[in-house]
Amino acid sequence: MRSLLQQLQRRTPLGWLQLNHEKGRLLVALAGIAFADVLMFMQLGFQSALYDSNTRLNRVMRADIVLLSPKALNLQNLSTFSRRRLFQARDVAGVQTATALYINSITWKNPQTRVNATVQMVGFAPDEPALNLPEVNQQLDKLKLPDTVLFDRGARGQYAEAIAQVEQGNPVTTEVDRRTLTISGLFSLGASFGADANVITSDQTFLRLFPRRDASSVSLGLVRVQPGADPAEVAAALSAHLPSDVRVLTAAEYVQFEENYWRTASPIGFVFGLGTAMAFVVGVVIVYQVLSTDVNAHLKEYATFKAMGYGNSYLLSIVFEEAMILALLGFVPGVVLPIGLYALAANATALPIYMTASRAVWVLLLTLGMCTLSGAIATRKLQSADPADMF
Amino acid sequence: MAIAISVQNLNHYFGQGQLRKQVLFEINLEINTGEIVIMTGPSGSGKTTLLTLVGGLRSAQSGSLQVLGQELCGATARQLTQARQHHGYIFQAHNLHGSLTALQNVRMGLELHPERSAAEMLARSTAMLEQVGLGDRIHYYPDNLSGGQKQRVAIARALVSHPQLVLADEPTAALDSQSGRDVVNLMQSLAREQGCTILLVTHDNRILDVADRIVHMEDGVLKRNSAGVLTTP
Repeated sequence: MRSLLQQLQRRTPLGWLQLNHEKGRLLVALAGIAFADVLMFMQLGFQSALYDSNTRLNRVMRADIVLLSPKALNLQNLSTFSRRRLFQARDVAGVQTATALYINSITWKNPQTRVNATVQMVGFAPDEPALNLPEVNQQLDKLKLPDTVLFDRGARGQYAEAIAQVEQGNPVTTEVDRRTLTISGLFSLGASFGADANVITSDQTFLRLFPRRDASSVSLGLVRVQPGADPAEVAAALSAHLPSDVRVLTAAEYVQFEENYWRTASPIGFVFGLGTAMAFVVGVVIVYQVLSTDVNAHLKEYATFKAMGYGNSYLLSIVFEEAMILALLGFVPGVVLPIGLYALAANATALPIYMTASRAVWVLLLTLGMCTLSGAIATRKLQSADPADMF
Repeated sequence: MAIAISVQNLNHYFGQGQLRKQVLFEINLEINTGEIVIMTGPSGSGKTTLLTLVGGLRSAQSGSLQVLGQELCGATARQLTQARQHHGYIFQAHNLHGSLTALQNVRMGLELHPERSAAEMLARSTAMLEQVGLGDRIHYYPDNLSGGQKQRVAIARALVSHPQLVLADEPTAALDSQSGRDVVNLMQSLAREQGCTILLVTHDNRILDVADRIVHMEDGVLKRNSAGVLTTP
């Protein structure tokens, strides 16, 4: 290790000197790499926003264990199961409460534009908080009035004016079928790919809005365990106790279940994965162009080094040194720019897009891989550096 | 006196099959340690081919070619690379690295030898550049040096590691007569100091006087192997 360090110290940093000597070319190269990095960051950002946004409602549910129909696919296609299973669940040791959650999509008139829009209606009994959203829990009393709803500030669409009015304390009314709804409060959750907006209401209002739904057919069962009980053990006991027409998942498993649906059953995960791969390829091509131009430009000098007795491995090390320098320097603007672009995209789409350390590390690794791959292709040109041509 | 280069019955061919063409015919040449030998001859006579063979830049095909005690005929690529580390090369074009300063270029001639420390390499490279009269330009890039100065840097690079053998291919071709003269004198004096052997290919009649011996190559055959210093024509 010590000798390697000494080796590095006495070595002329040729790759760096070559890159630094042609500053224009270096800047173009860095811009190219930064571009590829930005593309990868955007693709990965949208991908993880998809997973995050579609599990946002799942994450805030106030439950240790979730009961759902075995036919459930995702939040928008939950199907239903019998409310009797919730009462049965209360028999199991360790279960504290088991409450019902009703979820369905509904078409309402946008209170601002009066144009039809689809929103996701979430209903539960207002005596007991069902969501870990303090804002909602403070306004549960409002929901006890019929045809009253709470609306999501993070909704996608033209709701800004309506939200501003509610914010000032003036309830806004809108219409579902022939029923008038009053938006009397707000909360913050955010839109998802599956639902542009979430609307929270009481179970009674929910059942009035969906005349064909029945109080005894629930979308989800939220089970909370007694303090000190292990949710995994209680979940196992529940699955053993309940018939197979209901599925038992712990809260973490349920989030995983939702995410898994979007990962596998929807094409969106694949699309963004492909987008990332394309960005990677674009990066490889850009870096290859830069490195191969550089190798060509220095072919004569490399041949001279060979004639002086430097081996092929030394020349390879120059190219890889350049590749690593480009990767690291290009990554700097490549990681700073997306932070701004994320903020822009988050504003435009109401999706939770933000930079994470793990994604930054992952893209850095991809960048290093990209540059190494390009370097490996570019070194094939080195073989044409024949020292015998020098005389 | 020890023999630096010993060539016996060396034949060399270019091309394959039907196109195979012999370019060197039964070359026999011995050069003693410390000798300065100039090789002359018309273009295409095979001088450069012989020089590249001696320098280990091509592998010798048949006959015997011993350089600094090592047989290069049939040597592996690795052995040739090793052998090259003990030679100093001076090319017709200076072939300096454009991204490196004069000092860094010269230092590249030392970096091959792992036993030297960074401080030692710096000191020796600086001293070498001072010896070739460029002490005030060690941090210049090649683009900012004249042709003669560049060639002097190239000589410094070739000689800084004190090679036992220096091979030069028309080192004065790109220079005016005064610079050419300076360069050759420099090579001669440095070689004398360091006791190295020089094999120099040239067309330039003005510099023949530095040679201990002049050999003449024509059509792949060594024609004249004259001993003793010739006077400048």
